[in-house]
Amino acid sequence: MSLLGRRDVACQELVELATPYLEGTMGRRERARVERHLPGCDGCQAYVEQMRATLRLVGRVEVEAVPEETRAALLTAFRAATRSG
Amino acid sequence: MPAASPPAASPSSPSDDDALVAALRARDERAFATLVDRHHAALLRVASLYVRDRAAAEEVVQETWLAVIEGIDRFQARSSLKTWLFRILANRAQTRGQREARSVPFSALAARDADGEEPAVDPARFTAAADRHPGRWAAPPRAWETLPEERLLSQETLGRVAEAIEALPGAQRTVVRLRDVEGWSAAEVAEALEISDGNQRVLLHRGRSKVRQALEDYLGDEAAA
Repeated sequence: MSLLGRRDVACQELVELATPYLEGTMGRRERARVERHLPGCDGCQAYVEQMRATLRLVGRVEVEAVPEETRAALLTAFRAATRSG
Repeated sequence: MPAASPPAASPSSPSDDDALVAALRARDERAFATLVDRHHAALLRVASLYVRDRAAAEEVVQETWLAVIEGIDRFQARSSLKTWLFRILANRAQTRGQREARSVPFSALAARDADGEEPAVDPARFTAAADRHPGRWAAPPRAWETLPEERLLSQETLGRVAEAIEALPGAQRTVVRLRDVEGWSAAEVAEALEISDGNQRVLLHRGRSKVRQALEDYLGDEAAA
């Protein structure tokens, strides 16, 4: 989607830009458009805040631990390769 | 339920890699254990995209680790250790998947899950194109800042987030887990999964948008206007 520098960003466009906005991968001009829109729009402010909160929560989801049996078997294989290698 | 392991490493630097590779070549068991703890979960997830069931995925991952043990002396650091590891996995998983007649390369899954129109938010929540001010919020979201912190950070909420991630289409789920749960960089994900940066960004955007929606549904009317 090509966005002209001067045109106000519509809320429906902004929600599609939330990811690059929060990633910091947006171009300067586009970022400026988003930041001009946000102060006057409660809905988009709430949306961006929700995306930030979602990211924080996703970051807290735990990585599953290796089952102890599997881990032990792998270390055994590692040791065996060491001895024969 | 197994206890969580320590948080996975963020993007690996070349010096992290050098030290680990050297230790592995010196047959340092702790280095191998570190590598396993760091990547086993992600390897399983990626393997599951290619093969029929969990048991097959576990076998593929086992084979991958054995290949690492066997091949570490030949690793040439043209890519990161992580990328090398996941490439071995992808090869084995694809071979296995093909034998099982379920051969969908990840790139095809990625293309499927990035394809077509998939709005981040239900279009019905915005004013129509014919409206005087089209594309504005008609049913705006509500701030979660007004929710008690304990509610937002509760185990229950976290459980819902985890469920929402699991419910994502395969390629979106993989990218969200690798980027946002495991902390991989965009470049690392694109390289390990052999997808374009653009593809990766679309998958991430769609995945995150769905998780946000699931959270919004869950937290519902509790958030004050």
